[in-house]
Amino acid sequence: MSALTVKSSTPLCLLQDAGRFGVRHLGVTQGGALDWVSMSWANKLLNNPLNAAVIEVTLGGLTLLAESDCCLALAGADLGAMLDDRPIAPWRSFFVRKGQQLRFTRPITGARAYVAAPGGFAAVDVLGSCATVTREGLGGLEGSGKALAAGDQLTYSGASFELHALPDHLIPDFSDQRSLDVVLGAQIGQFSGLSLFDAFNSEWTLDSRADRMGMRLLGPELVYQGRPMISEGIPLGAIQVPPDGQPIVLLNDRQTIGGYPRLGALTPLSLARLAQQLPGTVVRMKAVVQEVAHREQVGFEDLVRRPL
Amino acid sequence: MNLRIEVVAIDCLMVRLFDAIDEANMPWMLAATLRLREGFASHLIDLVPSYTTLMVHYDLLALSPTQARAIITEALTDLAPDVAQSGRQHVLPVWYDLSVGPELNLLSKRSGLSIDEVIRRHSQREYQVFALGFAPGFAFMGLVEEILAAPRIKTPRKRVAAGSVGIAERQTAAYPLESPGGWNILGRTPARLFDREIDGYSLMQPGDTVRFTAVDHAEFMRLGGDDTPLEGLA
Repeated sequence: MSALTVKSSTPLCLLQDAGRFGVRHLGVTQGGALDWVSMSWANKLLNNPLNAAVIEVTLGGLTLLAESDCCLALAGADLGAMLDDRPIAPWRSFFVRKGQQLRFTRPITGARAYVAAPGGFAAVDVLGSCATVTREGLGGLEGSGKALAAGDQLTYSGASFELHALPDHLIPDFSDQRSLDVVLGAQIGQFSGLSLFDAFNSEWTLDSRADRMGMRLLGPELVYQGRPMISEGIPLGAIQVPPDGQPIVLLNDRQTIGGYPRLGALTPLSLARLAQQLPGTVVRMKAVVQEVAHREQVGFEDLVRRPL
Repeated sequence: MNLRIEVVAIDCLMVRLFDAIDEANMPWMLAATLRLREGFASHLIDLVPSYTTLMVHYDLLALSPTQARAIITEALTDLAPDVAQSGRQHVLPVWYDLSVGPELNLLSKRSGLSIDEVIRRHSQREYQVFALGFAPGFAFMGLVEEILAAPRIKTPRKRVAAGSVGIAERQTAAYPLESPGGWNILGRTPARLFDREIDGYSLMQPGDTVRFTAVDHAEFMRLGGDDTPLEGLA
């Protein structure tokens, strides 16, 4: 068993995996890495199962001390990672000597970095996952929903010493201006015609009111003309429109049911890109047919499972 | 019943069975839940029931949207209400007291009933669990008598103690964990509502029925209750 000691952390440094499934009928949220694409690549770089436990570092503030020689992988945002005084760029695995410290200093591109260890970090299995959901008191190192904190010991049992770098053409471009893909939802016909035009032809600014439950978009007011809704299940990426007309994209830690009307839901690939955007970023939305989105998703899942 | 299947996400379909909240929906909802679980088998990722809908989240690597839709249609053909499979019955002890249920006053004023009568009426009815949501193990139950119905409090409390029993409109619920909340709080139950050590994790499941029974302070404490007072409204 090898170990890393957490020297400093923030409430936004969390153990995550693909999330918690099969328990949403109990009111338990999904959780899991917001940028699941980067999490998958971090694991891939160490030949881990793609959903092995990783650390999600949002914006920075994490320092890890290696208790033995090891090999780690980094993917996602460039948060100015330093191994002692040497910069470490994401999208690669790298050696760490016993006693060295890995620090995340500040966001340079993107918002969330993912750190993987050989075989995945060890954590208590809570309802099938170690995804940390602070609000529910579930997941994380000890299972009670706590963020990583100074003094925590992270262990892993794999012994991989493989150095890989993700080929350039596979590296996501977080400055990509492509629209976010929306699979249209059941209430789409009950928004005003002008609102539908606005939704897909306007620029939307990411509000600073954003967390792992949802991200608010600021732009023209969208008007729902249908009847009040009875609460119903909320899919990942649902774009709900509360009475103030400003949409909220619901993310991994969302409530399981809710009663606001929805435009539709972002695709998982668009959600991964959105997870790397900082408040103030301008985004656009584009309607996509469910079958087309499905094919694109299956295509990516196939790609990420091929040998590097 | 007027069955509709609607796209809600890349890998989720909403099965809409009813248009209004009604206790009579439950045997249909339970029957549909069972059929969908069997129909999707290992390709089901999650099935999220609510008052009138079932959201099916299926494995998109195993099924295309067309296949998923076909499974739903086939599973729900000739659906009949499941009267036999009534859920479990629970009796939840509640210490109804102003110190842990500050809105007993408000409900008494709104209804013109005495506090004792509010308690009697809340605890005499058998409630259906319609759905779980908001937090792990948080069961939306109903319907409470019209006279006890009350809108959520204007400014939600930052902290509602675990076990708090409340009313919002014609629904009642108990908070499994300490959390923010806007329901009118009447009392507190010592019952453990969500516990990963218990089978099924959540004490209550959709389709179960629940009755509240008033206990005094001594009994509440004996059952392991925490009598720390709840803050009143600002």
